[in-house]
Parts: sequence; C-alpha cells; structure tokens
Amino acid sequence: METSIYSVIAFYLLAITIVGNAALVVFAKNIVHSVLFLAVTFISMAGLFLLLDADFIAAIQVLVYAGAVCIMVVFGIMLIQAPDMKGTNLFNTQLFAGGGVVALVFAMCAILAGRTAWTDLVATQAVPENTIQVIGTLLMSKYVIPFEVVAILLLVALVGAIVIARDDAGTVAVDEGVKANAHD
Amino acid sequence: MLTISLTHYVILSALLFSIGLFGVITKRNAVAVLICIEIMLNAVNINLVAFSKYITPIDFTGQIFSLFVITVAAAEVGIGLAIIIAIYRNKLSVNLDDFDLLKW
Repeated sequence: METSIYSVIAFYLLAITIVGNAALVVFAKNIVHSVLFLAVTFISMAGLFLLLDADFIAAIQVLVYAGAVCIMVVFGIMLIQAPDMKGTNLFNTQLFAGGGVVALVFAMCAILAGRTAWTDLVATQAVPENTIQVIGTLLMSKYVIPFEVVAILLLVALVGAIVIARDDAGTVAVDEGVKANAHD
Repeated sequence: MLTISLTHYVILSALLFSIGLFGVITKRNAVAVLICIEIMLNAVNINLVAFSKYITPIDFTGQIFSLFVITVAAAEVGIGLAIIIAIYRNKLSVNLDDFDLLKW
C-alpha cells in the first residue's frame, strides 16, 4: 500500500473538510447555506475517492452530486420557501435525545472498527491503473441485469416525480394561500 | 508508523453517517432531512470504495455497487423533492412537525 506522506496529509485535510462541512450542513440556520456546504462536502468527497484510486467514481460524484443533486435541491427550496430565508433550517425539540442516540451509534461503530483485525483481510494487489475500462466492461457483462434495472428505476423515478409534483386543479387555491401568507 | 489504513476510512465514514443521522433526527425542515439522507448515503459510498481498494482491488465490486448507490440516491432526491412540493401545496408548510395527519 502507498505510504507516501502526501497521501496521509491529503487524507487528513480532506477528512477535516468533509466532516466540518457536513457539520455546517446540519448546524447552518439558513437552508440555502446548508446546500452550499453540502456541495463543498460532495466535492471534497470526490477528492477522497481520487485518493482511493477510484477516478471514475470521483468524476460521477462531481457530476451527479455536486452538479445535479445540489442544483435540484436549490430549485426545490426556491419553489417551496418563503422569500425570507432566515431561520429556515432550525432544530426540533429532540436535539439532545437525538444527539445522545447518535453519539452511541458512532461510539459503537468506532469501537467495532478499531477492534476488527482488518490486516488479515487486506489484499496485496494494487488497483489497476485504468479503472474506467474495467468498470465499463463489468457493467456490460457481469452486472448487465442490475444496470438495466437501474435504468428502469431512473425512468420510473422521472415519470413518478413529474406525476407527483404536477398540480391538476389546485393552482388557484395555492395562489390564494400564498397571497394570504404574504399578507401576514 | 504514519499510514492511512482501512480503519481510518471506516471511522471517517461512521462519523459522517452519524452527522447525517443526527440531522435526520433533529431537523425541522423536510428538505434538510432529505439532504442529510444524502450525507448518509455518501458515507456508505466512502465505505464501499475503501473496501473495494483494500480488500477486492481486482474485482471492483465496491466501486460498481457505489455507482448503483449514487443512481438510486439521485432518483430518491427527485422523488423526495416531488413529494415535499406536493405536501407543501396541500399544507403550505415544510415543517415536519406539521405533518401529523397519521397521529391520533
């Protein structure tokens, strides 16, 4: 395995960026700021995938998450939030109970990860240089049925999202409701 | 010795998953819950790619699986936002505490 000091430094820098920005996503009070921090988290996660010799996954991460998902969430926020974005992302009343449960989950995962003897499992080979070629061949040969199922899933999701989000007759009622809210 | 082992990646992934879970449990805005679910799915992806590098470097199982996870997550965000927009149209709110129609 690579033991270069640069990869160690890169891992810690990326880990700090990822965890810090993920915490900011949760603790930001404005939902739009949350989504911006989420984009930074996704892009630094792509850097972590590069460190793990997965360049195709890194490219897909930037394309799908930083490109498509973040923009889609911002569009959704613009469609449903009031013009004033202050305090749109607050906590509910379960803050301390949730924090306790999550701390327990993390402690359990960390202890189990520390106690497992990973060194017995680690393989000696390195990841091939050209990952895209191997992934493409595998997707079209060994994993062709999951690949097609995922294609159908995307089609269903596309049609379903349009059907759910389209309003048939309620436009007038919503306009009146929004006006009523604006007058408050 | 100063190296990065599999344990580092697993603990980073567990930390990220915990942050996402905390957001899912404690946030009030439905869109915030959706993006916290995305953080949790990404934590799982880090795990999958790390295991793929360290344990099955030739088979690429983890990398292919994480591709499928990314696809399903994208579909989930689309459907989730559509549902939130549909609920907002009916209740004029995205606060999850208002969605108590099933409570009695």
